[in-house]
Amino acid sequence: MSPVYIARTSEVAARLLGREMMIMSARDSTLFSLNETATAIWQAADGVTPLAEIVRQHVCVNFEVDPAAALRDAEELVEGLAKHGILKLSDQPIMEAK
Amino acid sequence: MGSAIAQDLLVEIGAMPVLVRTSNPEFHQILHERYGGFVNSSAQPVFEFEVEIVPPGGIPTAVGDDEDLSVRFEAGRWVLERGDFHAELDPSLRYGRIWQSATPYAIDAAFRIVHSLLLAKQGGLLVHAASVVCNGRAFLFAGVSGAGKTTISRLAPQDATLLTDEISYLRREADGYVAYGTPFAGELARPGENVRAPLAALYLLAQGAENRIEPVADADALRAVLQCVLFFAHDSELVGHVFDSACHLVQHVPVRRLTFVPDPRVWELIV
Repeated sequence: MSPVYIARTSEVAARLLGREMMIMSARDSTLFSLNETATAIWQAADGVTPLAEIVRQHVCVNFEVDPAAALRDAEELVEGLAKHGILKLSDQPIMEAK
Repeated sequence: MGSAIAQDLLVEIGAMPVLVRTSNPEFHQILHERYGGFVNSSAQPVFEFEVEIVPPGGIPTAVGDDEDLSVRFEAGRWVLERGDFHAELDPSLRYGRIWQSATPYAIDAAFRIVHSLLLAKQGGLLVHAASVVCNGRAFLFAGVSGAGKTTISRLAPQDATLLTDEISYLRREADGYVAYGTPFAGELARPGENVRAPLAALYLLAQGAENRIEPVADADALRAVLQCVLFFAHDSELVGHVFDSACHLVQHVPVRRLTFVPDPRVWELIV
């Protein structure tokens, strides 16, 4: 299975409030909020680190989770965020995100 | 009937003077009556409006009477349309034209939109909220229609000053947020006082069986405030500004949930 790379799109405004990452889509003003694990993934979405590595480094290390389940949940999360246009997914590194 | 002589009126809301020019004397009189407390003839306008009064049916709008307001940016201009007006604003020239019938409702909507656009880049916000000054400090009461904005305004102490019972005007200034009076009236049907005061707190309104104030987490405060912010443009840059402003506001101003019964004693908790 090829790695998945994730990058934040430029059409969002995001701010960490308390433990929640609040994200507003500048395209349609929809407001999203991410919990702590989703926030960790969002913050690490640099376009060049594979999702599996992000989960290993930022989720499995900091939260008591089963690695396989964490990766499945992360894949579901990023697909959902991508559908809303606030995250980009690719099977190649996303260099413009850097 | 129109006139060959244009008349100007400088309406200053939130320390932002907007010049309105019309050659229709009746409409000029309507403006005077509605915005009289906010006229400042010596101010330097930050935006100019030319109002052309046209008969019903003659408004060049593509939006039907029962459709929502449309605000879009095209070819370097803001285009605002509703059933009762069509406006085109050029932000680079700080000039706009509006075609409307001789009622105050269209210009009132245009004022709100223009101020929301001007404020967006300055860290300010227009909020669907009542605001009242008590002991030199402003208190905001935010909520959707029916939440109790007018009720809490009516219950305010006699020496309090009403800034608005409908649309609050917030600016971010050097020492914090300042609330300004606005002529935008709700059920009280009277404009606010043209004064300003530092913002002390923002209350999210709920009506209940007792008076109580509860803390609100920043994230919940942001959700609630964004629901009450007036912003009309689907523009990525401005949406980002509004979001940043709302985040800054909830992190720098106490936001509380105020549950109240319609009794003046609620104000003993507020001030």
